[in-house]
Amino acid sequence: MTRWAMTADLRRCVGCQTCTAACKHTNATPPEVQWRRVLDMEFGEYPDVKRVFVPVGCQHCEDPPCMHVCPTTATKQRPDGIVTIDYDICIGCSYCAVACPYQARYKTDKASFAFGAPSQSESQRRDDSRLAVATKCTFCVDRIDSGLAAGLKPGVDPAATPACVNSCIADALAFGDLEDPKSNVSQLLANNQSFRMHEELGTGPGFHYLWDKVDT
Amino acid sequence: MSNKQGGASAFGPNPWLQTSWDWRAAGNFMCGGAGTGLLMARALFGGPTQGSLWSPDWIVFIGLALVGLGLLCVWLEIGRPLRAINVFFNPRTSWMSREAFVGLLLFPAGLAAMLGVPGWNLVMAALALVFLYCQSRMLPAARGIPAWRSGLFSPLFLLTAGCEGLGIFMLLGLFLTQVSGAALISLLALLLLRLMVWRRYRRDVDASLVARARSALDQAGRTLMLGGTLLPGVLLIAAWLLGGHAASLLLALAGACAAATGASVKFTLVTRASYNQGFALFKLPVRGVRTP
Repeated sequence: MTRWAMTADLRRCVGCQTCTAACKHTNATPPEVQWRRVLDMEFGEYPDVKRVFVPVGCQHCEDPPCMHVCPTTATKQRPDGIVTIDYDICIGCSYCAVACPYQARYKTDKASFAFGAPSQSESQRRDDSRLAVATKCTFCVDRIDSGLAAGLKPGVDPAATPACVNSCIADALAFGDLEDPKSNVSQLLANNQSFRMHEELGTGPGFHYLWDKVDT
Repeated sequence: MSNKQGGASAFGPNPWLQTSWDWRAAGNFMCGGAGTGLLMARALFGGPTQGSLWSPDWIVFIGLALVGLGLLCVWLEIGRPLRAINVFFNPRTSWMSREAFVGLLLFPAGLAAMLGVPGWNLVMAALALVFLYCQSRMLPAARGIPAWRSGLFSPLFLLTAGCEGLGIFMLLGLFLTQVSGAALISLLALLLLRLMVWRRYRRDVDASLVARARSALDQAGRTLMLGGTLLPGVLLIAAWLLGGHAASLLLALAGACAAATGASVKFTLVTRASYNQGFALFKLPVRGVRTP
């Protein structure tokens, strides 16, 4: 079996938002919709202040509350752990949005464009099936599927890897198969201490945050 | 920038109020609860339904209309209203689908009761209870909002709907029906139970709430205590002692208080106390230790 997962190394992320831009470019999301976001957090008091940049988005949970509450079966979980939305079935009730503990879901009721009128690119790439329904990060599932079909390895070959991971300038984001002990994410998790956000809720997020080396 | 998550210290931005569900979603819970509560009150305290095609049972009609109004509110909320039929696709896990299915059965049963078909008022009341139960499970199933995650949420919701329904039943006593002593005592008991469960619920969720959610719930709690329990309680006791025409008026006032405060609490729970838990880091990064 395969369980696709992502790791974000909080020690490495510099908050450049390149992953956010790459995601928007790849998935043509409208303004104010960021399937991959990077939070800029500041802690402490002057002069002892720390900044931490935290990539967030859909965590592709093992036990996704969004899927259980969805009245239409639009939200589904694939055997490889990726949580998907069928835009043709979703009714846009937003139940999934309030069920998600990670604020990963968006609903855009009307088409909107970065500069008012749609640019040529926006006109070509707009997808009205995504209006008034729930949308979120897909782990670039189409890239993964087409890459696998072409014999590529997601997380290793860029053409089969989520756009945010490809674009990361600091090598902070990594993607791979948790079930494969030799995969990059398995190795990173074995060699570093990590946590998952809101783990106490029991959703089993597929997004791991690395924060320190393993104590030896 | 630190907050408390589940009793443990964590770092992260403060939670913010969800905006996905507004008054329209709240309307479903307010009207659905009041409507089903009224249907149950009618079946339990109003005797056999007396309706006919030319003279329907108006209390049942009002109950069904409230439930329908709640569902209309949801329909106004959804992004793709023309696909609303898809709501029936997931009864296996979704309380919203289950609510829709029970609603589908409730309306014909209610119609039969409204027209005075013998025995159907009990079927209608049972379906109203199941519909209400589905509603009461909808919010706790959404794990994104700490104020909704208590195990006491569902009992609170059921009791609130009971108070609202019986409250409206008493209000309608002015025009449409006779209010029995059993109904009076039941409302008094429900009001007290609602307050007790509210207080336990409030304690249960306290640790997971941000200050603004606490403040919204505290305000709702004060309303529930004064306007939803003390005032109607006094009015009910006064009605019981006084009797006569004044009693009807006092009962109606008590019912209105019980119903209005229940609706107000639900509105607060859905739209004003519904802060998410933000993002929380339980560890801060230790930089400079990872090898390439």
